[in-house]
Amino acid sequence: MSNVTHRPPRQRNSPWLAIFFWVVMGITFVPIVVMMLYSFNNAPTSRITFAWNGFTTYWYRNLTQVNGLTHAFLISLEVAVLSSIISVVVGTPVAIALGRFRFWGKGLISGIVFADIAAPAIVVGAASLSFFLSINLNTGLLTILIAHVAFNIAYVVVVVRARLSGMDSAIEDAARDLGANAWTTFTKVTLPLIWPGLLAAGLLAFAMSVDDYVITSFIAGSSVTFPLFVYGAAKVGLPPQVLCFGTLIFLVGLIVALANGALSRRHLAARAATEDQIVSAIVAG
Amino acid sequence: MLLFFLIPLLSGLIVSLETGNPVSGYTLTWNWHIYSQLFVHSDIPYTTFFLRSLYYGVATTILSILIAYPMAFYIAFRVSDRWKSPLILLVLLSFFVSFVIRTDMWSFVLAQQGFVITGLRDLHIVGKNFHILGSSSAVIGGDIYNNLAFMVLPIYVALERIDRRILEAARDLYSNGRQVFFRVVLPLSRAGIFAGVLLVFITTVGDPVNSALLGGVGTYTIGQAIQDSYLTNQQFNVAAALSTVLMVILGIIMFAYARIFGTENLENLV
Repeated sequence: MSNVTHRPPRQRNSPWLAIFFWVVMGITFVPIVVMMLYSFNNAPTSRITFAWNGFTTYWYRNLTQVNGLTHAFLISLEVAVLSSIISVVVGTPVAIALGRFRFWGKGLISGIVFADIAAPAIVVGAASLSFFLSINLNTGLLTILIAHVAFNIAYVVVVVRARLSGMDSAIEDAARDLGANAWTTFTKVTLPLIWPGLLAAGLLAFAMSVDDYVITSFIAGSSVTFPLFVYGAAKVGLPPQVLCFGTLIFLVGLIVALANGALSRRHLAARAATEDQIVSAIVAG
Repeated sequence: MLLFFLIPLLSGLIVSLETGNPVSGYTLTWNWHIYSQLFVHSDIPYTTFFLRSLYYGVATTILSILIAYPMAFYIAFRVSDRWKSPLILLVLLSFFVSFVIRTDMWSFVLAQQGFVITGLRDLHIVGKNFHILGSSSAVIGGDIYNNLAFMVLPIYVALERIDRRILEAARDLYSNGRQVFFRVVLPLSRAGIFAGVLLVFITTVGDPVNSALLGGVGTYTIGQAIQDSYLTNQQFNVAAALSTVLMVILGIIMFAYARIFGTENLENLV
């Protein structure tokens, strides 16, 4: 009791911080709300219009009507699925090597991973195009895939390494003491423990790939991904179906994120999960 | 990664030293003069584009800190643990909308016939010729909007790591709220600000999308110049030279920044 009375009086929290937070949040929600709303606008033309002409689900029912849009979306999905799988398969051993072993060139590899994340997309895109030009590789689906794997590996390494560092390496030592060889230790101990990290890394890689415009714009050749299609269409006015796709992607992404959050919370203490989401979010830069 | 990240950066340098034209192709001639041609005697003001991009980068970074810090502070110190994750998810919500769509939605909202400007005009707050799109403010606004979360999250992580007992100790030693903030909280969150600056500044300086969708002729950035000289004009050597210079400039700025405001905790944060 006495130490409470000794303490200097606490200041009351002013409401301004909360008001500021919610006002800024409100502003950032404007594009989301407008996108959803106008995907239901009964526009007279096949371009989005400013006037509100009543509610319709016509654009959703005719989602695949726009020339090239569906194809672009499918290409984006294909690249995202393949590049996230490849980058998890290649990136996980790199992360384990960086997190668990000492070897020559470790600092260099860490540096490259960091530079890959920090480098501006425009430079990475331009440099990739220079590279593909100098080895005479025609730009197209293959070069998109290669470039996406290249930038996704770095994110996978960071996320998986973060998961590894939160895991006690004594567990692996114990497995080896009990006679498990390196492979058994990896498949029976390490892999099950870092599994949520791999899933988070794969989802992050998928999201980065599906949404990339700048790098892809350089090395796409004649292929068109979803962001490239939207960018091209934005100059003449978007077809309402783009907003429908945007709304659907938004909802699916949100559901996956919530489900993933719930999943990791079951496996770990809530706090660890939050930190992991934050790390993944930070590296999404 | 070595193959597809580091080697391309070097090949960018090599391509910049080639000469030729889009029709007959390019050959390597170690043409170092390209660098002086682009910046000293050039018909196209690349230096202006560089300076403009750096200005957008600096303005966006500073304004992002001023907006993001109170938001991160609110989540870290003013809400209960239960609400922290949901609020972080709200901060990230914009990322669930495709980058190009959400940026273009702003150009839709802020257009001359969009509801913001027509509303302001009807209320006689602004004149007939008032416009937002095409201005530097629109581009900087778009950059802040697209990068805000990259500033909020690292600052939040840094604030969250501060041991609450230190704040109690400061109060017990009769610091007022202002002193606790400026002498304890702010210095301890320096690593978070550093990480945020790194992410936001680099992304903004190289970005071609916000200036293309929200800007106009007066907001042409180096990102657009690199993209156009590669994809529209097919001046591969020019584009490669510009992107090499951009990389070097950003490298120098970030290195200097790290030396001046040096932080040891960067590895832990990123």
